[in-house]
Amino acid sequence: MAFSAIETRAPMRPVISRLRLGLIALLVLSALLSIGTGAAGVSVLGVLGDWLSGEAIATRDRVVLMNIRLPRLAMGVMVGAGLAVAGAVMQGLFRNPLADPGIIGVGSGAGLGAVSAIVLGGLLPGALAALFGQHLVPVAAFFGAWAATLLLYRVSSRNGRTSIATLLLAGIALAAMAGALTGILTYVADDRQLRDLTFWGMGSLAGASWSKLAVGGALIVPVLILAPRLARGLDALALGEAAAAHMGHDIERLKRFAVLAVAALSGASVALAGGIGFVGIVVPHLLRISAGPGHRRLLVDAALLGAALLTLADLIARQIVAPAELPIGIVTAVLGAPVFLWILIRRQGFGGI
Amino acid sequence: MLEISGLKVALGREDVLHGIELTAEPGRVTVILGPNGSGKSTLLRAVSGELPYRGRIRLQGRDVARTPAWRLAALRGVLEQSNNVAFPFSVQEVVQMGLRAGVEADHPHIVAEALAEVGLSQMAHRPIQALSGGQQARAHLARVRAQIWHARSHNGPRWLLLDEPVASLDIAHQLEVMTILRRFADAGGGVVAVMHDLNLSAQIADQMVLMRAGHVAASGSPGEVMRDGILSQVYGCALTVGRQVPGGLWVLPRLAG
Repeated sequence: MAFSAIETRAPMRPVISRLRLGLIALLVLSALLSIGTGAAGVSVLGVLGDWLSGEAIATRDRVVLMNIRLPRLAMGVMVGAGLAVAGAVMQGLFRNPLADPGIIGVGSGAGLGAVSAIVLGGLLPGALAALFGQHLVPVAAFFGAWAATLLLYRVSSRNGRTSIATLLLAGIALAAMAGALTGILTYVADDRQLRDLTFWGMGSLAGASWSKLAVGGALIVPVLILAPRLARGLDALALGEAAAAHMGHDIERLKRFAVLAVAALSGASVALAGGIGFVGIVVPHLLRISAGPGHRRLLVDAALLGAALLTLADLIARQIVAPAELPIGIVTAVLGAPVFLWILIRRQGFGGI
Repeated sequence: MLEISGLKVALGREDVLHGIELTAEPGRVTVILGPNGSGKSTLLRAVSGELPYRGRIRLQGRDVARTPAWRLAALRGVLEQSNNVAFPFSVQEVVQMGLRAGVEADHPHIVAEALAEVGLSQMAHRPIQALSGGQQARAHLARVRAQIWHARSHNGPRWLLLDEPVASLDIAHQLEVMTILRRFADAGGGVVAVMHDLNLSAQIADQMVLMRAGHVAASGSPGEVMRDGILSQVYGCALTVGRQVPGGLWVLPRLAG
C-alpha cells in the first residue's frame, strides 16, 4: 500500500520524453548529413580519419568544413529554432494556431529594412558604409523588425492594456504600409538591386559566416533559453486574458515579454536568412498534434524540430539543383504551404476557434 | 467579508454602475439578480479585479484595485459566463491550471477530486473542446474549485465569484452545482453568484441582491426580496410569489391580458 501511495503522489516521469529524444536524434542526424554534403565533395569521415591517424588535413578541406559548412549548419539550426519558437510564442499570445510573426507585420518591417539597405545602401556616406560593410542588410532587417514591433505595441496598447484584436489589425495596416514603401523602393531599384531583392526575399542560408552568426546568435540564443519561462502564462492565456488574470498572471507583463521575444527571434532570423516562411506555423502545429498544446514542452520541442527541419530543407535546397542551389524559402514554402492549408481544413471541424 | 461602497463603473463613456453599496459575508451564499443589462456581470467583473472602477471594493480587507493578481488568485476564484479554450488542452490540464494558480498547488490529488465533484472524472483526458457546452461549464467550475479548494486558508475565508454558473446546465446538474456552492459556504467560504433563475436562487440564497439599471433595487433575505411588488417592478412584468410550498418560495409569471 505504501508503495502505491508514493506512486500516486509523485508519478515517475521520465527525465526526458520519448518525443524529445526522437527530436534530438533527428537534429543530430540532419546535422551530420548537412555537414557531410556539399559541392566541394569533402568527406567528413575522410577528414576525421586523417585527423585521428595523425595525418595533416588539407587546408582546403579544413576551410570548407570550418568556414563554409559549419557556420551554415549553425545558422540553419539557429534560424530554424528561432522561427519555430517565435511562431509558438506568437500563437500562444494570439490564442490562435495560425498566428505568425509575419502576421503582426514584424516580417514586413524586417523586409522593409532589408530592402532599404539594398536599394539605398549605396547612398550612405563612405564612413557609415564601411562601418556596416556586408552586415548592412542584416542589421537593417533587424532594426526594421524592432521598429515594427515597437510601433505596433504603441498603437495597440491603451492604459497599459494590449488588445489582441487591435494588435492584429494594426499588423495588417503596418504590413500594407511596409509593402507600399517596399514597392516604391523596388520601383527605383536598378537591375542588380532587383536581383538582390528577389533572392533575399526568398531566403537563403548561403553566405553564413561566424561573424554574422555572432550578431544574430546574441539575440536568438538567450531568448530561446528564456522562452520556456513564458510557458505557464501562455498556457493560462489559452483560457482568455480575463481568466488568465483571474488565475494570478500578470497579463500585461506576459504580453510585453512575449512581444519582445517574438521581435528578437523573428527579427534576428529574418536578418540572418531573409524571408523563410511556414516554419513558425508548421512546426508548433505538428508538435501540438503529437504531444499536446502545453507550452512547457512545446517551446523546447519547437526549437529542436525547427532546427532539424530547416537543416533538412537547406540540404534539399543545396542538392536538388546541384551544383547550383535553390533559395531555402522556396523549399519551406513548397513543403509548408500545403500543411498550412491542411491545418485550415482540419480546423473547420472545430467550428473555427 | 466583501465590502463595496460608492462603486461606479464606466464601460465606454457611460456609467453602468451608479454607486453600489453592498456587503457580502463569508459562510453565506449571496445571489445577484436582475434584468438583462442591469449591471450584474459588470458588478461581478469589478469585484474580480477585471475592470477599473471608482469607489471602494474590499475583499477580506484588501483593496481589490491595489492587490496584485497573484495575491487575488489565492483569495478568490472567478467563473466567467463564457469560456473558450484556444488550444486542445485536456480537461485535466485545464483543471491543473486552476490548481497551480491557488495555494494548494502541491496537492495534485485535488485535480481528480475537483473533477469528481462535477462528475467529469470519465472525461479527464478528452480535449475540452470535445465536451458539450454544459460539460465545459462544469469543467471550468472544477478549474475554479481546484484554485480555491478549501473554503478557508490560514489567511481566512476564500471566495468563489461566479457569473451564471448554471446557465447552460440541465436541472440535475443545476442542483449539483448549487450543492457544491452550498457546501463551500457552509465550510466558511464566501460565494457570490450572478443568477437568472429566481426559483433556484430562492432555494440557495442567504442574501439576495436585486439590481436594476446600475443600482441595487432591493437587498436582503429571499423572504424580504421575493415579493410580488418588488419583483414585478424591477423586472417590469407581472409576477406572483407563492409561499405555500414546503422548502421555499416560488415565482409564477403571469401573461398579460
